[in-house]
Amino acid sequence: MSLTSDLYQDIILDHNRRPRNFGELAEANRKAEGYNPLCGDKVTVFLKLEGDVIKDIRFKGAGCAISTASASIMTETLKGKTAREAEKLFERFRRLVTGSSSENDENEIELGSLAVFRGVRDYPVRVKCATLAWHTLKASLEGKDQQVTTE
Amino acid sequence: MKTLNPRVSGTHGETIHAAFDLEKVRQEFPILDQTVNDKPLVYLDNAATTQKPRQVIQAITEFYETVNANIHRGVHLLSQRATDRYERSRVLVQKFLNARSSREIIFVGGTTAGINLVAESLRRHGISSGDEILISGMEHHSNIVPWQMVCEETGAKLRVIPLTPKGELDLDRLDNLLTTKTRILSIVHISNALGTVSPVKELVKAAHRKGALVFVDGAQSAGHLKVDVQDLGCDFFAFSGHKIYGPTGIGVLFGKEEVLRELPPYQGGGDMIESVSFEKTTYNVLPYRFEAGTPNICGVIALGEAIKFVEQIGREFIEAHEAMLLEYATAAIQDVPGIRIIGNASKKAGAVSFVFDEVHAHDVGTILDQEGIAVRTGHHCAQPVMDYFGVPATVRASFGLYNKVSEVDALISALHRVREVFGL
Repeated sequence: MSLTSDLYQDIILDHNRRPRNFGELAEANRKAEGYNPLCGDKVTVFLKLEGDVIKDIRFKGAGCAISTASASIMTETLKGKTAREAEKLFERFRRLVTGSSSENDENEIELGSLAVFRGVRDYPVRVKCATLAWHTLKASLEGKDQQVTTE
Repeated sequence: MKTLNPRVSGTHGETIHAAFDLEKVRQEFPILDQTVNDKPLVYLDNAATTQKPRQVIQAITEFYETVNANIHRGVHLLSQRATDRYERSRVLVQKFLNARSSREIIFVGGTTAGINLVAESLRRHGISSGDEILISGMEHHSNIVPWQMVCEETGAKLRVIPLTPKGELDLDRLDNLLTTKTRILSIVHISNALGTVSPVKELVKAAHRKGALVFVDGAQSAGHLKVDVQDLGCDFFAFSGHKIYGPTGIGVLFGKEEVLRELPPYQGGGDMIESVSFEKTTYNVLPYRFEAGTPNICGVIALGEAIKFVEQIGREFIEAHEAMLLEYATAAIQDVPGIRIIGNASKKAGAVSFVFDEVHAHDVGTILDQEGIAVRTGHHCAQPVMDYFGVPATVRASFGLYNKVSEVDALISALHRVREVFGL
């Protein structure tokens, strides 16, 4: 398998072509915007938070395949999770894409389909693409309404 | 266009247009001889920065090994030697731009530094709320922000010559925009994002009729076209050394002597003074008045070497070679299904920007990199241009004198690889 197809796995390409949970969420009670000044990618994450639980989550925006697929898979993964679980997943995901997770890290099993982003670690400049939606999610969980950037 | 066979045309093009020995020239650039991701490096990011020929690299080493000393100061031999070489570079630049006098050549950090120098100096000279500053819709951020800062501080108004869908300046709007209120027209010579060549000479004439000064951002032109500042008639012209095969951190600001003489200094410090006391300081003569502090001595000398290198090949040959590459690349890129070229001006040079309708520029860049091809992807520090064309980013292939038709072919196959990866 070449490096390129390691990065652009079928699941990523599929989510890029048909992003899930795409569009605004009318019942959202949290919302945050993310921006990657390097490439101009923008994402808005909408959350419906009930107590500590993410009841619903959607996103909109325009970006590269990595950032779009990451946002799409993130929304699928987080539905029904608690805010704390979401933050923990982000930390694991960040370690996965930056290549700082250890050999024994059981990371990938728990990450489920997020593990398809493992290839990103070979492309340091693309880490920001993969984490943009997550940074934005974190801001929305923290109730920050100003735009977050990857810088 | 559709019938163009890249290979046939490639061989043809290379024989007809390469007026210099391309392989020999390439050997002068040590960096080109390497692989990237196991593929031969194809460097098509020359609008960002160009690679350096051996003689420039050697000039830097030689300077620090045998010459290094401060200039315009010591009586000792090394200082004299350094000063001589520094000033020799100034004369080389003067001839390169065909300026009337070496007093019109100011060494600065780069094009950005040159724009900031003029913007700030002009502000100190006096710009007020009734004044206007005119730029265009295809400026690099470096020719937008310094003027915005002047406007913010003085209340002057920033006006913008809009673009046409082809990526040319909409000159029909010029009459309304260029008025007796316009203090300066600051215009890009060649757009870094689109490759469009501005009709500078015509604009200078129009601006001068209204009594406005003209600044030309030559970052993308100096290494690609023959620039004659007297023929252009502009009041200022700036370029960066690193985009004409010299080092980073050094550039040139040309200013007409009679205009520079009217302007107050930009930075104060050593070398820019005639005499200093706590009561009164008098400033040095041109060009030193605008060169405060110890300059980038080695950079200036290496820039001189880069200019010699370019002149040895000949700018008319470089221009013809790059025009051939651009024409060839434009036709071949257009033949790749799903690609749209951004900027179709009738006069272009050096660069071609494009987008895949279904693949983000960043993804294209990553895949091209895997194929050993270096291009720029993003907004090219020209966000207003991206906004105008309604794209978040483009892929830009930009050429230098050492690029080959076969490298364009490699780009084209890599673009087909993008289609393959994305299942288009």
